[in-house]
Amino acid sequence: MASSIPAPAPADLGAAIVEAMPRPRGRRAPWLIRLGVGFVLLLAVGAVVAPWVLPLDPERQSLRSRLKPPTLEGADGRAHLLGTDHLGRDVLTRVVYGSRVSLVIGLAAVLVGGLIGSSLGLLAGYRGGRIDGIIMTVADAQLAFPFILLAIGIIAVLGPSFPTLIVVIGLSGWVSYARILRAQVLVLRSREFVEASQALGGSPVRIILQHILPNVLASLVVVATLELARSIVVEATLSFLGLGIQPPTPSWGGMIQEGRDYLDSAWWISTAPGIVLMITSIVISRTGDWLRDVLDPTLRGE
Amino acid sequence: MRGLLPFLSQRLLRALIALWLVSTVVFVVMRLSGDPVPLLLPPDAPTSEIMRVRKDLGLDRPLPVQYAVFLKNIVRGDFGRSLHFREPAFSVVRGYLGATLELGLTAFFFAALVAVPVGLLSAMKRNTLLDQAAMGVALIGQSAPTFFLGILFILLLSLKADLFPTSGRGDWKNLVLPAMTLGAFAMASIARLTRSAVLEVLRADYIRTARAKGLGEAMVVAKHTLRNAAIPIVTITALQFGTLLGGAVVTETVFSWPGIGRLAVQSIYNRDYPVVQCTVFIAAVLFIVINFVVDLLYGFLDPRARTG
Repeated sequence: MASSIPAPAPADLGAAIVEAMPRPRGRRAPWLIRLGVGFVLLLAVGAVVAPWVLPLDPERQSLRSRLKPPTLEGADGRAHLLGTDHLGRDVLTRVVYGSRVSLVIGLAAVLVGGLIGSSLGLLAGYRGGRIDGIIMTVADAQLAFPFILLAIGIIAVLGPSFPTLIVVIGLSGWVSYARILRAQVLVLRSREFVEASQALGGSPVRIILQHILPNVLASLVVVATLELARSIVVEATLSFLGLGIQPPTPSWGGMIQEGRDYLDSAWWISTAPGIVLMITSIVISRTGDWLRDVLDPTLRGE
Repeated sequence: MRGLLPFLSQRLLRALIALWLVSTVVFVVMRLSGDPVPLLLPPDAPTSEIMRVRKDLGLDRPLPVQYAVFLKNIVRGDFGRSLHFREPAFSVVRGYLGATLELGLTAFFFAALVAVPVGLLSAMKRNTLLDQAAMGVALIGQSAPTFFLGILFILLLSLKADLFPTSGRGDWKNLVLPAMTLGAFAMASIARLTRSAVLEVLRADYIRTARAKGLGEAMVVAKHTLRNAAIPIVTITALQFGTLLGGAVVTETVFSWPGIGRLAVQSIYNRDYPVVQCTVFIAAVLFIVINFVVDLLYGFLDPRARTG
């Protein structure tokens, strides 16, 4: 929107959420985002190729080289670029392996939440009426509750495992997809190309898949990116509380928890995975914000 | 006050539906956890004893009846007995509630009192170094994981600088780090939204008019900007208080703060399900009540919201 157009006068909730940050100049990502995305991609590649590339085993303990600070040549003759932990395991190796847990659970949770959320959002928006009412009531109820508490309760009962974590974290995010897609479908539903397809006898499934889905794909990508950042943080939080992937499998949240007792003497055990987690979370959510500005500025109001 | 009553009853209905859904999920999760009787009895208890306890707990009745009894007990504040503390779960949770409220309120006021002036200043000094620095910090505060922020505060301000204790509850010094950790996300969100709300108002025609008639900048801000930006700021600030509750679980665990969040996590380790359920339920009630009050507040402040 050009600045010469007068803005709607009194502020309301929606207008307040519309941020007044400078618009991106072009489609080329700012260097900070490109750098960040490079870092996350490097992490992802590292997670895949770790067993063939990294010289050390993330779970092998070495009592002789416990709690050693970052060094190029340790007592065992090996480089520990980020030091070792209380069991003498290499922190860098564990951080790289830990990204497997974060990325696999994060991506799978986005897939689960995205599938459920967008199906329900498309359904609610396209069908309207009672189905819409039920879906949105459940969505409101879930938003009216700190989901982390329920997640803790469910995982405590079912026990932590990859599938449980993926489903619980995925379910905690479906509302974001559903609300945004529903709002867009409500608008698209009355557009000429949809009406034309309806007049020609197109089935609802065909109309949704062929005419509506392509038009909401951009928003879907934006929400999925922001949800990926959230899922990774939730997984790390659950692991930190002891409700995530169990030791000795390395996960960032678990490593931060293990290093807590050694903060005073060996600060690197907690801070190394913590800073990587923080950078990952900030980079992915900033990328989501940037994508939103480029692909779909109207989403700013959500 | 036309339209207030339908608005009120609609919001109340929504709050009740949310509460009912939460309690139903709690019931289902409880059933998924399996038979609690073996946890209550010695492993060599005779079958007759097992049957007697099952009957006492009402586990021999059909599920719909159990569900009805469960709902009735919740309304009466009866969540069963804690397996660990050997007293009613509700009175256990009530004992820990004060610490959580103390931490939550401190974090909330701390966040609001810092964030609103910062957001206002950022908007007034738009695109200066000050604005960019403040918003940069806010962006980090919004995406940094709460628990790691707490660890960083402990490492830097407690262990290295030795300014505050690392954990526990006591005098005001114990409160500083947990409150900062818990308030960080709310502070970042409130600051960013205050800035947007103020910028939005500053673009309005009546501000241009106020300036055109020669009003000083201080008057423009005090009389015209703040008043109109207040509605979204108050609403969002109040909503953040509800969000704080979720963060309390993590913050209390990091700082060994004796509140209901830490109680919930410890009760999970103790397999003390009645206490876990009671905590989840009490937190949900608090959260829903706060959101309900915020909705009402919003309805009072901005009559247009009542129709939406």
